[in-house]
Amino acid sequence: MQKRGQILHSILFVTLVVAIVALAIGELLVGTTHVPFSDVWAALTGGAVDEGVATIVQRMRLPKVVVAIAAGAALSASGLQMQTLFRNPLAGPYVLGINSGASLGVALFTMAMPMLGVGSASLLMSFGLTGMAWIGSAAILLLVMWLSRKIRNINTILIIGMMLGSAISAIVGILQYMGTDESLKAFVVWTMGSLSTVTIEQLYLLVPVVIAGLVLSVVAIKPLNMLLLGESYARTMGLQVMRSRIIIFLSTTLLAGTITAFCGPVGFIGLAMPHLARMTFRTADHRVLMPAAMLWGAVSMLLCSLLCDVVARSGVMLPVNTITSLLGVPIIIYVVIRNRNRQ
Amino acid sequence: MIELCDITLAFGERRLISEASARFECGSLVALLGRNGTGKSTLLRAIARLGRTQAGQIRIAGETLDAIPAATLARRIAFVNTERVDADALSVHDLVAIGRSPYTDWMGRLSADDEAKVERAMKVAGISAMAERRVETLSDGECQRVMIARALAQDTPAILLDEPTSFLDLPNRYELCTLLRRLAHEESKCVIFSTHELDIALSLADSIALVDTPNLVHLPTAEMVSSGHIERLFSSEYVRFDSAAGSIKVCR
Repeated sequence: MQKRGQILHSILFVTLVVAIVALAIGELLVGTTHVPFSDVWAALTGGAVDEGVATIVQRMRLPKVVVAIAAGAALSASGLQMQTLFRNPLAGPYVLGINSGASLGVALFTMAMPMLGVGSASLLMSFGLTGMAWIGSAAILLLVMWLSRKIRNINTILIIGMMLGSAISAIVGILQYMGTDESLKAFVVWTMGSLSTVTIEQLYLLVPVVIAGLVLSVVAIKPLNMLLLGESYARTMGLQVMRSRIIIFLSTTLLAGTITAFCGPVGFIGLAMPHLARMTFRTADHRVLMPAAMLWGAVSMLLCSLLCDVVARSGVMLPVNTITSLLGVPIIIYVVIRNRNRQ
Repeated sequence: MIELCDITLAFGERRLISEASARFECGSLVALLGRNGTGKSTLLRAIARLGRTQAGQIRIAGETLDAIPAATLARRIAFVNTERVDADALSVHDLVAIGRSPYTDWMGRLSADDEAKVERAMKVAGISAMAERRVETLSDGECQRVMIARALAQDTPAILLDEPTSFLDLPNRYELCTLLRRLAHEESKCVIFSTHELDIALSLADSIALVDTPNLVHLPTAEMVSSGHIERLFSSEYVRFDSAAGSIKVCR
């Protein structure tokens, strides 16, 4: 039985990696400008190719592929950690209020700062939209951690995170109401999410931070397995629960906070992909589940991005957030119905 | 194995047990009895260091509880509560294997020795046949056995169980407590379980620890029956304890 499980896992891992490679190639080929495969290959390997084509492949499509893989893996890994930590199938990367924090940062940047006359040369403006989003999400997480430092019951922390999120959304609402049309539009565009705004220079920041977050989520594998039984059991098996919480919170900020800052609040990937990983790999062991969720995240994000590109060829530009929601919601509904029927 | 030295326990502001002392040895099954809300769970949680004592000391194998590092304590005391584990896609084998956590590396990989201990724990608890089942498909009785197998895999000289027989039907209650008795005697463990099942406790436990607020009385089972404590504590206008028969009678 266990041998069979291992074979199933190997087959699934190989399939997912192949799917990622195939989708990445598709992503490099598909776009509003037609570029033949030979030119894409030449642009990537440094062969002779038209300069305009080289720019499209190297500076637009390749970064997008990297961002899609990083975003998918990051959001799924943080979603899985939140679901296990809170023992709640509807937990995701955003339960601690990270997206509200980021949106507050962006709202301050696009609407409040121009309104208050903070000059474009000031320190705050120099962080840029992404920097402000990251500061916002990190600030909220620190607040949640500070409020929950003495709290033993994990569900109380969940409630605090969600309530803070709601309060911040209200503040953002006020800013939106008072903002100018132009600044409002900049904000709304950010909330719809985009993988293509990340420049190749920003990748040098995004990729190492996401890798650091993924390393922390690998460190969290054993604590997460112990936490499957709840915090009391984990404690009696020698787990330092507070320290594990900090590792998991930190990993989630680095992963979900960074992706949200760069790409906007990408919905449902982090919520749905851990479920898909559990369903396909049929295990709750995080040693398998963690890499499985990362790979499923990368596959789904590449797929959503590719769908956007295919639609874009017909002249309709869809924000990536709409596609991730349309893909993620059916999966979550399926999981909820399945779990209810079983009980 | 476990020594309570003048401990005082409280739940919030309410004082439950005052300056109680007792010794629990390896190789014996101890039933912890007491009315609702008298501090049975609080006492077990304090020994497992899930809760605090207000005063006094708890010693585990001669060492002060507070001075024992978490990793060491996890190799001395295993804890089983009534909380139902309900993790999606978790198999019985994997759940029991998590009990090996105090011994495995940073990733939680099982060595051949760990795997052998997991198999043995499942065999002793009589759940080998369900190894590949999902925990969400288990009945309450099966679930309780799985949690005991997990505690066995933790390979500790002492096991504490908080009301392991609640939610179980009568045959299952006896079966489970017989298993606990076997563990205490054959594996020479110190097994302490809290319960409301007076007849089970009297027929299977080697000794009874009774919370008689604010005292804790610990006596061998036969002495406890004749001591009059149980009569006083469990009698009301509806029921009375017959110490000659060793059972509860309903007053008509």
